[in-house]
Amino acid sequence: MKHIKTLNTRNLKESMKKGGCGECQTSCQSACKTSCTVGNQSCENK
Amino acid sequence: MVHQFKNNGYNIVLDVNSGMIHVVDDLAYDIIEMYETHDRGSIISAMVEKYTKPEYMRLIREQERAAGDDSLTEGEKDFCDDVEALIRQIKEVLEDVEQLKKDGALFSKDIYEEYIRDFKQRSTVVKALCLHIAHDCNLACKYCFAEEGEYKGHRELMSFEVGKKALDFLIKNSGNRKNLEVDFFGGEPLMNWQVVKDLVAYGREQEQLHNKKFRFTLTTNGLLLNDEVMEFVNREMSNVVLSIDGRKEVNDRMRPSRNGKGSYELILPKFQKLADSRNQTNYYVRGTFTHNNLDFSEDVKHLADLGFKQISVEPVVAMPEDSYAITEEDLPKLFEEYDRLAKLMLEYQKEGTDFNFFHFMLDLSGGPCVAKRLSGCGSGTEYLAVTPWGDLYPCHQFVGIPEFLMGNVEEGVKTTDLREEFKQCNVYSKEKCRNCFAKFYCSGGCAANSYKFHNDINVAYDIGCALHMKRVECAIMLKAAAAQE
Repeated sequence: MKHIKTLNTRNLKESMKKGGCGECQTSCQSACKTSCTVGNQSCENK
Repeated sequence: MVHQFKNNGYNIVLDVNSGMIHVVDDLAYDIIEMYETHDRGSIISAMVEKYTKPEYMRLIREQERAAGDDSLTEGEKDFCDDVEALIRQIKEVLEDVEQLKKDGALFSKDIYEEYIRDFKQRSTVVKALCLHIAHDCNLACKYCFAEEGEYKGHRELMSFEVGKKALDFLIKNSGNRKNLEVDFFGGEPLMNWQVVKDLVAYGREQEQLHNKKFRFTLTTNGLLLNDEVMEFVNREMSNVVLSIDGRKEVNDRMRPSRNGKGSYELILPKFQKLADSRNQTNYYVRGTFTHNNLDFSEDVKHLADLGFKQISVEPVVAMPEDSYAITEEDLPKLFEEYDRLAKLMLEYQKEGTDFNFFHFMLDLSGGPCVAKRLSGCGSGTEYLAVTPWGDLYPCHQFVGIPEFLMGNVEEGVKTTDLREEFKQCNVYSKEKCRNCFAKFYCSGGCAANSYKFHNDINVAYDIGCALHMKRVECAIMLKAAAAQE
């Protein structure tokens, strides 16, 4: 597309198929401890 | 739901419900803005009006008046050609937008509410503990939510026996989860170092027996770091969080030792040594900024210039009566600072001195599933804090608040109604989150902050939200910039 460039992103709807295994890191444990940040976490079940 | 914003010269369109991100030109940006609320004809007219020069618009009107008269001057003919080309482009964009909509990458619907409700009905397992290994601290940080380590209580160190029961409790309640997390937290956990080492040894023994994998982490102020501690940490801890606020004067103002002297000079060489010994990975130097250093991008820059590659600097969470609290009036300045920081990161990338900033990190292609993104941080359910004497709380920030006592490591969770309340806490249980573009990046925010400011875990903390939204925008801009490279 000439006017629109889509970044290489996983469509969240796709992640419903085999998501929710719960093996990923608890968001608060990684660094913050005072906020809740999940966008930067990685999936353990790709 | 679509969120559009401009940042650092990029026009960005985030399709919130699919998570798809589009970097677009000005014309597409404007068309997408009108697409769902205007018909095709009005969009074309509006775009022609915006993207043609005013003197040409006068000509158009004259032409309309002289309908039927085809005696155009050369200039008028050129103009007509330009408008025709523009209309072709507008139609191209409209077709692209329509295609993206069909593909579920634009204007996609929120179909997750039922899914999350079902997901949350699953039986509760515990997968992470924050072990308060020491309710004592050798610093006296002014903003400490733990009140210098004591958490509204008394000074106490966790015994090995209590820690062992905590790990047993975790294994027993973890169901099929293989990866279990234990953060050694405080106060200052190095004040009870032998127990940390003994618990790691116990955990390693138990993981073999129960087919589990412990990920141990440590959060420390660094004063007691030495070679022996570093060697152990590098062998056993999957992540370490090293507390330092940035510039010496900033750090020392809020992070003095008990005798009032600053901690910067004491901790910095140790942190540098530890970060290097971990090959600059699997750690964070983690600072807090307050009303006193709203120019916090300078603190991040300072840490980066010292050689640190993994940096997290976060806003203090403090009540308005605290002199150092972040206020609504501070927000415009802080937004500028986040923008400045994002640009700084791009500059450093070009120079080959790049670093990670925790809150700007986004994993677009391999990030968390939607269930994780919407279901909250897990506090009170899969994540619990354990006091030195073995009491359980929903998370480290609730420790010491009597109504949030959930049980203990011997008897387990006893207040199942409280656990249920936390279990139901998710993006859809929070009115403010429903229509927020950032809901898939913060999963509804921090329950402890909500309680602190609104006495209700389901009412989001507004200043925290505003800053989080800004961070998400900057993070996406950085991805757009990286894609252009």
